[in-house]
Amino acid sequence: MSSTPAPAARRADPWYADAGHALHAEWTKARTAGGTTWLLPAVIAATVAVGGAVATATRCPAAGCGQDPAKVSLSGIDLAQAVVAIQAVLMISGEYGTGMIQVTLTAMPRRTTMLAAKAAILTGLVMVAGTVAVLGSVLAGRLILPGHGFNPAHGYPLLSLADGTYLRAAAGSVLYLALIGLLALGIATAVRDSAAAIGAVLGLLYLFPVIAAAVSSPHWQRHLEQIAPMSAGLAIQATTGLNTLPINPWAGLGVLAAWTAGALLAGALLLRIRDA
Amino acid sequence: MIVTPYRSRLREGPYGFADLLRAEWTKFRTVRGWVIGVIAGALAIAALALAPAQQGSCNVAGCTVPVGPGGEEVSDGFYFVHQPLAGNGSITVRVTSLTGQIPVLTQSGGMRAGLVPWAKTGIIIKASTSPGSAYAAMMVTGSHGVRMQYDFTQDVPGLPGAVSAASPRWLRLTRSGDTITGYDSADGTHWARVGTATLAGLPPAAQAGLFTASPQYVQTSLGEASISGGPSVATGALDHVSLTWRSGAWAGDNVEGGGGLPASTVGFSQATGTFTITGSGDIAPAVSGGGGVGVTIAQTLVGTFAGLIVLAAVGAMFMTAEYRRRLIHVTLTAAPRRGRVLAAKAVVAGAVTFAAGLVSAAIAVVLGQRILRSNGAYVYPASALTQVRVIAGTAAVLAVAAVIALATGAILRRGVAAVAVVVVVIVLPYLFTVAAPILPYGPAGWLLRLTPVAAFAVQQTLVQYPQVSNTYTAAYGYYPLPPWAGLAVLCAWAALALGLAAFLLRRRDA
Repeated sequence: MSSTPAPAARRADPWYADAGHALHAEWTKARTAGGTTWLLPAVIAATVAVGGAVATATRCPAAGCGQDPAKVSLSGIDLAQAVVAIQAVLMISGEYGTGMIQVTLTAMPRRTTMLAAKAAILTGLVMVAGTVAVLGSVLAGRLILPGHGFNPAHGYPLLSLADGTYLRAAAGSVLYLALIGLLALGIATAVRDSAAAIGAVLGLLYLFPVIAAAVSSPHWQRHLEQIAPMSAGLAIQATTGLNTLPINPWAGLGVLAAWTAGALLAGALLLRIRDA
Repeated sequence: MIVTPYRSRLREGPYGFADLLRAEWTKFRTVRGWVIGVIAGALAIAALALAPAQQGSCNVAGCTVPVGPGGEEVSDGFYFVHQPLAGNGSITVRVTSLTGQIPVLTQSGGMRAGLVPWAKTGIIIKASTSPGSAYAAMMVTGSHGVRMQYDFTQDVPGLPGAVSAASPRWLRLTRSGDTITGYDSADGTHWARVGTATLAGLPPAAQAGLFTASPQYVQTSLGEASISGGPSVATGALDHVSLTWRSGAWAGDNVEGGGGLPASTVGFSQATGTFTITGSGDIAPAVSGGGGVGVTIAQTLVGTFAGLIVLAAVGAMFMTAEYRRRLIHVTLTAAPRRGRVLAAKAVVAGAVTFAAGLVSAAIAVVLGQRILRSNGAYVYPASALTQVRVIAGTAAVLAVAAVIALATGAILRRGVAAVAVVVVVIVLPYLFTVAAPILPYGPAGWLLRLTPVAAFAVQQTLVQYPQVSNTYTAAYGYYPLPPWAGLAVLCAWAALALGLAAFLLRRRDA
């Protein structure tokens, strides 16, 4: 008597195996896509170059010049966030542009897992590039600013990461970039078209501070600075005048995190319910 | 049976530029997202002008500012020791000292010794004591030497240097009809003519006398361009007062026409021929910003950036969509002269965004002003011509920015990169210099001259006066370039981008 063994039902992979495959796939895509190879170095270059240029242009001629050396040395983040946003938008919108999304979702039908894998890879890449960028800016600031009046004689201790407030500003800037990346990923997942997505992200980031500055009512100005993702998030860079900030540094980063969570949720929801 | 082959009813090429324009216009108007984008951009500009946050600062009583003989808003606050002058006459005085006090800008407050650069004391002939009336004055200033100033906007330098008991200054004003001539002298014997003012409509019975004024103290921290200040006060000592007409009693009045300390802190005393006059305020054109009051009509165009980002995205996509959908192959097959395709696209994108910008900026300026005023803001009046310039200029900024985005799209061929580059290149300099100024005055000025953000000068309506200390920064509506020169800078960037785009479009394989 011969019997053919009954074909074993293919066991569904546990979620963590799915997640592992998704991470591996997204890592391969991110590693080999043309954009990544120059966008991440661009994050570093933009941060250090703008931070160094602003530091070079800034002078503190006397004590109490009202300037925040941490903000000056880390001002390159204002530009770097745009590069991070491009990277994030390309990770998802690039797939819609080329039709790659069909392949991705056939191979990985759990759409939320796919998005989570993208988010994880993006966060890792941005954290690495951001850390290098911020360390470069800190170094540039340390070399340039004391010669421009930011020295103990004018009431500014020399910039050092051993100083808790400055460490918070520097580490917070890295977190800020990571959150901006995720915010852009969420928006791009919802919007899909790459040009529209980057327009929406940069509009959301840059418009609030522009409008807040033009509004002459101090009441509204303060509120706008409390809810704007960029203004509130960058409060993490403040090291002077802490008691007059519209929002305290960690709470500000929290506001940005809330925007990011909202964008990612909206993106994930639309990804699940929409036809790809 | 004869079969006639199918012939398209479209006529054969080559197509003229008008056909290209028509083709590009058809592409533009049939993509729903772009049409929605243009409408959304226009709505954003109009909507932000009407937002409830549009309130003004108004720190002048009744939100009105005196108006000078030339129709401009003026500050006219000083302490005036005067008596009537009927007909012609001459007044001469010696100034031996000018000292002052400026506010301490810490939380403890109070005043400290110090003299603002345009503190002034001297002699004045004025139509009346009401703020804004015509005048001519000879004065010693805090750090600008002797000046002759008249009718608020005119300023003529005299003897340089500071005044002291060892180095006094003699001043003289001579009236003949409605002409007033100013003289100065270091010794009271050798006189030099400084200037001559013709004050149209100066009544025969004018007021003449001595005065002291001390404008707002303005401190700009060089770093963050953060501005603080407050009213200052100055005291002048004047003696050897001589009048050519039969003198009456001197009356002291605090002319309150803007920005000075309350009357309790000013006044004058007279002892042994020496007048000691303490005054606060300024006799000068009114300015916006740290040393001034009110907002300009540019305030109503807050939304320009919102519109600009949307319209730039549309402009970039108008080009990059051709590459993404491979439509560029069809386009270039139909019209092989690539430079003309680019030109046609630029004309369509520019015309559409200009029209949208014109309508929305007109709504914003016209209705936004009313809202600002009804919210209690003092809005600097601008002539109809200036308003037209601001509206048309804003539309032009939007149109040229959209063309730059289009050209960048042709250069980079990726929508995401083109939109990001255009937004960053225009917004980031604005952020660093105007919105969240982190750069000091000097480098910020160069960014405002050389980068595309220079174009926002087209929205400025205010004039910088050298005789008024103020923070003339872009944040307060003072740009380093005149309006049209600023727009020309943006146009130069557009020409550069279009040139590079045309070059690459011809050289590269599509």
